[in-house]
Amino acid sequence: MARMKFLCDAERCIECNACVTACKNEHDIPWGINRRRVITLKDGVPGERSISMACMHCNDPPCAAVCPVDCFYQTADGVVLHSKDLCIGCGYCFYACPFGAPQYPQATNFGGRGKMDKCTFCTGGPEADNTMEEYQKYGTNRLAEGKLPLCAEMCSTRALMAGDGEVLADIYKERTVRRGYGSGAWGWSTAYGQNDRGDAFSPGREGTGGS
Amino acid sequence: MTKLLRPLLVLFVLLLAAPAVQAQFYQTPGPTSPTSKDEVQLYQTPDGKLSGRVSIPDEKLGVLVQPEGREWREFRMVWLKIIAGALILGPIAVLAIFYLIRGTIRIHGGRSGRPVPRFSGMDRFAHWTTAVSFLLMALTGLILTFGRMLLIPLIGHPNFTMLAEASKYMHNFFSVPFVLGLLMIFVLWVRDNIPEKADLVWLKTLGGVLSKSGEHPEAGRFNAGQKGVFWAVVFGGFALSLTGFLLMMPFAVTGIGGMQILHVAHGVVAALMIALIIGHIYIGTIGMEGAFDAMGSGVVDENWAKDHHRRWYEEQLRNGQANQDGRLRHHAAE
Repeated sequence: MARMKFLCDAERCIECNACVTACKNEHDIPWGINRRRVITLKDGVPGERSISMACMHCNDPPCAAVCPVDCFYQTADGVVLHSKDLCIGCGYCFYACPFGAPQYPQATNFGGRGKMDKCTFCTGGPEADNTMEEYQKYGTNRLAEGKLPLCAEMCSTRALMAGDGEVLADIYKERTVRRGYGSGAWGWSTAYGQNDRGDAFSPGREGTGGS
Repeated sequence: MTKLLRPLLVLFVLLLAAPAVQAQFYQTPGPTSPTSKDEVQLYQTPDGKLSGRVSIPDEKLGVLVQPEGREWREFRMVWLKIIAGALILGPIAVLAIFYLIRGTIRIHGGRSGRPVPRFSGMDRFAHWTTAVSFLLMALTGLILTFGRMLLIPLIGHPNFTMLAEASKYMHNFFSVPFVLGLLMIFVLWVRDNIPEKADLVWLKTLGGVLSKSGEHPEAGRFNAGQKGVFWAVVFGGFALSLTGFLLMMPFAVTGIGGMQILHVAHGVVAALMIALIIGHIYIGTIGMEGAFDAMGSGVVDENWAKDHHRRWYEEQLRNGQANQDGRLRHHAAE
């Protein structure tokens, strides 16, 4: 079975932010929540690179480890999802996440946080696929329709790729050989390098509504 | 000769490496370009801290990779549980053994039946406001720390989420009475908690806890042990309030690294405070006969006062707050 991953080819990313816009539009993301963003390193100096970053759906997700209410689960495709019914908005996942993926709507005064929101790899949540309830909480479920995440599908330079990690790695390697340079798959050693590369931590785990 | 050679060698190495650097910077093929797919470096090692610029208003999202989260995870998942577990179970075990050996510390010569006013209504209000809010925050904090491990297997995910959410709100809201109580405690009791010479004697004999005859070193209104608790509560409570309010306003003052440090400090100080308060509760209840009256009714037995706070008792006698006849006079503050 495919192990879903994102791969951003920094040599191709032109910081157009189409992935960010596509994501916001597709899932009706509220103002202030950024499931995906484009980060420019060494801005304006030689060696500048732009990288589109969102949840990397890690093998050993720190968010899932530190969650006090155990609201995370991983699908059989390796996508890390969470249940907004269980989330209490404590913010621990943001402290642990290496990529700054978890986002929170401001729910109360003092900057108190509402239920966490993050990239779902366009896979919705624990609710039944493509129901209105799932859409309202997590956005569309493109994977259930046989489609890949919209951010990658929109990417005009094909810098951002989403899909089976093995296929993405192969495409990236072929590109690098052909053009003669490449700075690697950004974030992969953090997301997939620590533990067994490719294995989901608990596919289809029961209890939190894993699909 | 070597002085001249070294810069030349460095220059030579730099010139050799230049094409690789060039390729990295300007995205052009060079002599180090991979010739087959197997040579392509897919995993960058290691991913250090990487931050850049984002065009969205949330500047903290300019961090691409923050490896510090891994250490924080280690603290939250391993160290916090060990520290808090040890600081709760440890004192309980020690006190249980102590109780079995020493038993309740009795009043020397039994109760006299003559009351001496010790804590006014205001004193007790300040104490119990702080105490109740501290206990509730300790409990809700422990639910959030240990609940996933201990309670989810018992009550299930949806019930635990309800409990955890209620805990989160209680933890936040009870900080307000806690801080008010803490301020009152400080204002009311700081005068009687200034360290003095007699405290050294008390500390040397550990308050007479080991003496068989039940002899106590002299003490004023508060003995050295109580002064220790006072200052630990004042400083610990202040540290908990400061870190707690900053945690309640995420990223208002610090970035993500600061938030992680705040959480670590809050957790460790809270564990230390819980350990201290376990001891405080023990000595105020089953550990010592007559001690609870001070904060319960606000009035202690004369013999208890003579035992534990002789100097304070004598002051009260002089001030006319207590007398040998046992007639209770109205406390000035009440």
